[in-house]
Amino acid sequence: MMELAKRTCGVLLLASVLAPALASVARAEDAPSLPAYFTATNADAEKPTWPDPTGAASGVWATPAGDGKGDVPSGLALGDVYDRVVHNLFAINYVWALVTGFLVMFMQAGFMFVETGLCRAKNAAHTSAMNFMIYPLGCIAFWAYGFALGWGNWWNGPVPPGWYPSLGPGLSVLNSGVGLGGDGTNSVFTYGLFGTKGFFLTSAVNDTAVMVLFFFMMVFMDTTATIPTGVMAERWAWKNFLIYGLWVALPYCIYANWLWGGGWLAQGGINWGLGHGAVDFAGSGVVHGMGGIIGLAGGMVLGPRIGKYDSKGKPHALPGHNVPMVVLGTFILAFGWFGFNPGSTLAGTDLRISFIVVNTLLASITAAIGAHVALSFKGLKPDPSMLCNGMLAGLVAITAPCAFVNPVGAAIIGFIAGLLVVFSVFFFERVGVDDVVGAISVHGTNGLWGVLSVGIFATGEYGAGWNGVVREEMVKMYGSDGVRGLLYGDFSQFIMQSIDCIVLAVFGFVMAYVWFKVSNLITPIRVSAETELEGLDGPEMGAHGYPDFQIHPGQAH
Amino acid sequence: MKKIEAIIKPFKLDDVKDALAKAGVQGLTVTEVKGFGRQKGHTELYRGAEYVVDFLPKVKVEIVLDEAKVAQVTEVIEKAARTGSIGDGKIFVLPIDEALRIRTGERGGNAV
Repeated sequence: MMELAKRTCGVLLLASVLAPALASVARAEDAPSLPAYFTATNADAEKPTWPDPTGAASGVWATPAGDGKGDVPSGLALGDVYDRVVHNLFAINYVWALVTGFLVMFMQAGFMFVETGLCRAKNAAHTSAMNFMIYPLGCIAFWAYGFALGWGNWWNGPVPPGWYPSLGPGLSVLNSGVGLGGDGTNSVFTYGLFGTKGFFLTSAVNDTAVMVLFFFMMVFMDTTATIPTGVMAERWAWKNFLIYGLWVALPYCIYANWLWGGGWLAQGGINWGLGHGAVDFAGSGVVHGMGGIIGLAGGMVLGPRIGKYDSKGKPHALPGHNVPMVVLGTFILAFGWFGFNPGSTLAGTDLRISFIVVNTLLASITAAIGAHVALSFKGLKPDPSMLCNGMLAGLVAITAPCAFVNPVGAAIIGFIAGLLVVFSVFFFERVGVDDVVGAISVHGTNGLWGVLSVGIFATGEYGAGWNGVVREEMVKMYGSDGVRGLLYGDFSQFIMQSIDCIVLAVFGFVMAYVWFKVSNLITPIRVSAETELEGLDGPEMGAHGYPDFQIHPGQAH
Repeated sequence: MKKIEAIIKPFKLDDVKDALAKAGVQGLTVTEVKGFGRQKGHTELYRGAEYVVDFLPKVKVEIVLDEAKVAQVTEVIEKAARTGSIGDGKIFVLPIDEALRIRTGERGGNAV
């Protein structure tokens, strides 16, 4: 049905329909004109334009028929039927993106359970409160400036798209940014750096599609924001945490722009011929790698907990107080990931979602098994918290490649993640970085592994035209130019993924390290030794996680 | 009056309680404690760091009673609490200066 216009697709992460594509960019005048909702402009003066705050510009509701024609088949022209069909197509995609976004939001509870279970009882109120408060803090920062920085120029990157994205052309209002090598407008750049439209979601971007994108990207950002609270638990001063919560959108959204918002990492394919540019489907790097690396910087600036290392540097165990909580949290996260990964199609109509779900599932379970294997191999007992870390590591690692690999590849990626996380936890323990929950290893180490694994295991079956790249040789050899790793014939993708890893590690670490050092001058990052030994609940929060374990004079019972 | 303090393995508490009831002991106090004797603890590995479990959970049973009954009751506790393996615990007998029943104000032997 789409056999007509063959165009180079420039839509990033959000292409919902695979299209046969030519190697060259086709100009809009070459193809027959499509209905308004397939382009960013609306030639019909009668019809509403974008930003569209009610959805009126996106076809017609089938029931009740908004154009007065009713649903009597004899009264409908083909164009009317088309109006209804496309409206419903958008609607499926909206519902999908929003509901999967709800699942990702629920992961905040999963993080809370995992982190609180792994800390000591005297810090339970503080740790759970950090995981709670990061949600409003991160959200308000994202609303105020993060979304604009990350996605303000989304429509133009890596190249302006030739046709509609899955959520409709309302996203065309995201068309302003900053970059290098511009075309004179403030839209199209050779090297996109960050966006400049959408601060506080004011009227210029009040479009139904933009709202979906905002919500979906917001819950992803909050996942990154909550990761460092696990590394830095049990000694992080609350006030310093508060300003961190307002800052974390900055490194996240800038890097997200480079990869997802049309920036220079995604443009690595069209600029440097390296694969499809940096590819990260749901954010092993953008979300988890960034979170883990920020956590690493924070953990290093903060220093280890009192009593963690003896005078010779040998680590002591400070076991968490509630193992079942950790397991529950892990299941909640695994459930939420079924929103995280398949939701990143932003299209319920993209049937690849079933592969994404199965790949996510397989990676999670082989990783849990891999962690157990690693522990047994080292002659250790199967510590439940490490098994849980194992499953989470697999989920992190599959997040980037989930749409591009086949189930066997997913299982292998997961198993390696499970091995990696165990050795990584022991490594960081040994070198003196006190990571209370293993977040650096789960999210940082395996985030980078996930990014790299795209360059190894991507099969080339999916992702044709990703990041605006369509290479003639690939189309000749394989029929289409999908995202392809070195095992399937494209080594350049692996090189680009490696560059992406280096950029992520350096940018994330430097930004975070500088921030934590500077923030320490604004308000101390670490609590006093007295507070730390007593437990942060009373002194920092004014409330205890388990008040019944105290003796309170004046209590009725 | 004497006080018997018996430190026993936690899972033996029910056996000891039942045996004491049969022996006519009317009241006791139980506390959860930790400790070790010659049994010592063991070492685990938690997330790459050694975790020495020195102090093992035990239960302390305290009974205040007439001096005449001490010998019989200590034997009852000993038999009920013994498993034969290391860590069975200990029984101590201490003198008591005074005892008072709060509800009635009775003192001495009538208080226990």
